[in-house]
Amino acid sequence: MKQGIILRGKKILESIGDYTEFFKSVITNTFRRGFEWNELIRQCYLVGVRSINIVLVTGFVLGFVLTLQSQPTLKAFGAEGFVPNMVAVSIIREIGPVIISLICAGKIASGIGAEIGSMKVTEQIAAMDVSGANSIQYLAVTRILACIFMVPLLVLFADAMSLLGGYVGTNISGNMTAVLYFNKSFSSLLFSDFFPSLIKTFFFGFIIGFVACFKGFHANRGTESVGIAANSAVVSASFWIILIDALAVQLTSIFVYNQ
Amino acid sequence: METVIEIKDLKIAFNGKPVLTGINLTLCRGENLAIIGRSGEGKSVTIECIVGLLTPDEGTITVLGKDITNLDSDELKELLLHTGFLFQQSALYDSMTVRENLAFPLIRVLKISDEAEIEKRSVEALEAVGLAAAIDKMPSDLSGGQRKRMALARTLIVNPEIILYDEPTTGLDAITSKEISALIMDIRKKYKSSSIIITHDMSCAKITADRILIINEGKIIAGGTYKELENSSDPFIASFFK
Ligand SMILES: Nc1ncnc2c1ncn2[C@@H]1O[C@H](COP(=O)(O)OP(=O)(O)OP(=O)(O)O)[C@@H](O)[C@H]1O
Ligand SMILES: [Mg+2]
Repeated sequence: MKQGIILRGKKILESIGDYTEFFKSVITNTFRRGFEWNELIRQCYLVGVRSINIVLVTGFVLGFVLTLQSQPTLKAFGAEGFVPNMVAVSIIREIGPVIISLICAGKIASGIGAEIGSMKVTEQIAAMDVSGANSIQYLAVTRILACIFMVPLLVLFADAMSLLGGYVGTNISGNMTAVLYFNKSFSSLLFSDFFPSLIKTFFFGFIIGFVACFKGFHANRGTESVGIAANSAVVSASFWIILIDALAVQLTSIFVYNQ
Repeated sequence: METVIEIKDLKIAFNGKPVLTGINLTLCRGENLAIIGRSGEGKSVTIECIVGLLTPDEGTITVLGKDITNLDSDELKELLLHTGFLFQQSALYDSMTVRENLAFPLIRVLKISDEAEIEKRSVEALEAVGLAAAIDKMPSDLSGGQRKRMALARTLIVNPEIILYDEPTTGLDAITSKEISALIMDIRKKYKSSSIIITHDMSCAKITADRILIINEGKIIAGGTYKELENSSDPFIASFFK
């Protein structure tokens, strides 16, 4: 029992060490000569294309469902007119970034984890290193940066779709002109709603790319490790997204809303 | 004769299980040295230590006069320019075509940016291994033997002085295996390289090796030419040659 705890503690410390080491090597290789511009652009394209459909659909459904769900309640208080405001604020401040990032974690992190994991298992990464090429620079730096750039962009698209979804939702029962609907939505949105949530998504993007690359690069020998790498990439990335979100909510309420 | 690789008392263990318990070997310039031994005896581990993929627990490895265990990553990269490594499973970059596989080390290691030069060297390397027709294929469309050749071309394209072959003929039919063995000899002639060849395939060892070492239980237990070892009185050594 006691030994089990010691062993577990040692494992945790070791993995913190591995993460730190990997982080350091990603940072130094980001600024090293020979930056892989073409590969970065290709990765941005892949990350975007892989996830755009599901992200757009999810964004639309979020806005649509939230509208339909909140309408009866707000109606009971005679505040039906506030539905667009409420939907816009809640989705853009919180639900959009988190849900979309979690979806990206599922879609992108699993892809990267499996891809790099299989390169590790089939010794392609070793082949790069042995040839004198820089596998971290070519594989990890490009993918992590692609996630940092593309996840916020995907979230923005999803936010826009959710407003559209909300508009469609309101017009199922009521009828509100598009101009009025979007006026209401935007009038309730402050810069302080939008900006912190945008910043947050850059961190979510980093986490998705970083964790997925880490899991891939640290895959064990044997083909089953590819599945394990993909799976644990999604689990860890999702976990960190939720954790960072909790932290970010605290920070914004202290610094932005001064509460 | 000049020594290009010298390993002294190399030891390594994985999770407390010793794999190498004291390997000593030297590779001379221009020599083809074969290492044979049963599966799982640590042959791949030995050459992975030479290129810094694994870090030994104890012992020194000197490659071209440099102790590789004491190099920082830039010095190691510089040294790796002079060594080529043929992986047991070929390790081709699956997501790239044959052409891109070959261009990869040229662009990223030799920093060549001239497209015509890259094309010329790629074609040359593929011709050297008899695979010129496959330049636009994906690695997944190649047969096992073609993959080996392709991997060899990618290794040769940077003109390494030292080539480490990890089971170059395993999993190939007898005829293809002979062709690869012959190719290894051609490469030595053409590139003036020194090589370590790990193999289970005695006919490959017979064709390619100037000297053969036998590894058992983490140590080199015997060494000599094919003839010498074949006629050994030790039944274990002789058993490899039956
Ligand atoms: N990176 C590693 N981590 C843990 N164990 C390893 C590692 N590399 C090798 N081993 C273990 O070391 C032992 C020797 O492996 P190695 O691949 O060198 O065998 P080999 O002699 O090349 O065998 P084969 O002829 O089957 O290729 C095996 O038991 C293997 O499981
Ligand atoms: Mg092996």
